[in-house]
Amino acid sequence: MIIEAVTFYILATVAVFAGVMVVASRNPVHSVLFLVLAFINVAGLFILMGAEFLGLILVVVYVGAVAVLFMFVIMMLNLDFRELRRGFLKYAPLGAAVGIVLLAEILIVLGGWSIAPEGGQRFAAAPIPDGLTNTDALGRLLYTDYIYLFQAAGLILLVAMIGAIVLTHRSREGVRRQRISDQLRVRKEERVEVRKVPTGRGI
Amino acid sequence: MTEIGLGHYVTVGAILFVLGVFGIFLNRKNVITILMAIELILLAVNVNLVAFSTAMSDLVGQVFAMFVLTVAAAEVAIGLAILVVFFRNRATIAVEDISSLKG
Repeated sequence: MIIEAVTFYILATVAVFAGVMVVASRNPVHSVLFLVLAFINVAGLFILMGAEFLGLILVVVYVGAVAVLFMFVIMMLNLDFRELRRGFLKYAPLGAAVGIVLLAEILIVLGGWSIAPEGGQRFAAAPIPDGLTNTDALGRLLYTDYIYLFQAAGLILLVAMIGAIVLTHRSREGVRRQRISDQLRVRKEERVEVRKVPTGRGI
Repeated sequence: MTEIGLGHYVTVGAILFVLGVFGIFLNRKNVITILMAIELILLAVNVNLVAFSTAMSDLVGQVFAMFVLTVAAAEVAIGLAILVVFFRNRATIAVEDISSLKG
């Protein structure tokens, strides 16, 4: 029990610190790296909660794909980030005000809220089954009750992929490409020529 | 203190959410950092979903968190693609310069 508490506090503290640094870091590359740190720590929290599959998916999807995508875009765009930092603190009071209001509201809701002792168990739409691993239970639910949503999620990803390609693709002028069909269509007469070379003179 | 319950996780989620909102206001110029702040907000939402899922021992929360993850990944891909196209056309990503539709 004490180990769980210590693990939770370490993971939560590092996650919150990384969140602060994502927002406040000067260099966007550092922001991305702190985002990775936050994601890994929250994945640890997920595993601590018993959602191993989701924790590892978080690492795979966010650290493996999204963070790398951010990194690529930051490296690809040749930006002057100091220019973008000007007026950094101008909106800080407004942001702090909104943040404090939000936090106060959340705390009020949390303070006035209590869970019925067995309410959760009684109203659970899909109770966590005993004797199954988290991945197994999740798969059984996802491929039966939520199959249409699962397909829709796949469709969303497909549309996102096609959309990203269509948006960023451009055909530039003056680029020499290899055209296989043209190469295959070439006949001997177009390439090879027989010339009569006079002796001692050349062509 | 040593008994880690739902409240602890929800508190972490709330802090991360507020940090994300604060980040949107703090980095008003840099679209990339705003996208990162949005990622932080979605992460906080996922923390809440999974925390309630385990606390109520209901697996639907985790399924929903997975869909949130999917949509977040798609959103980042499209958002960054739009950003790249915009940078190609205007050579800037400052939010204030994105005002051609204002008229």
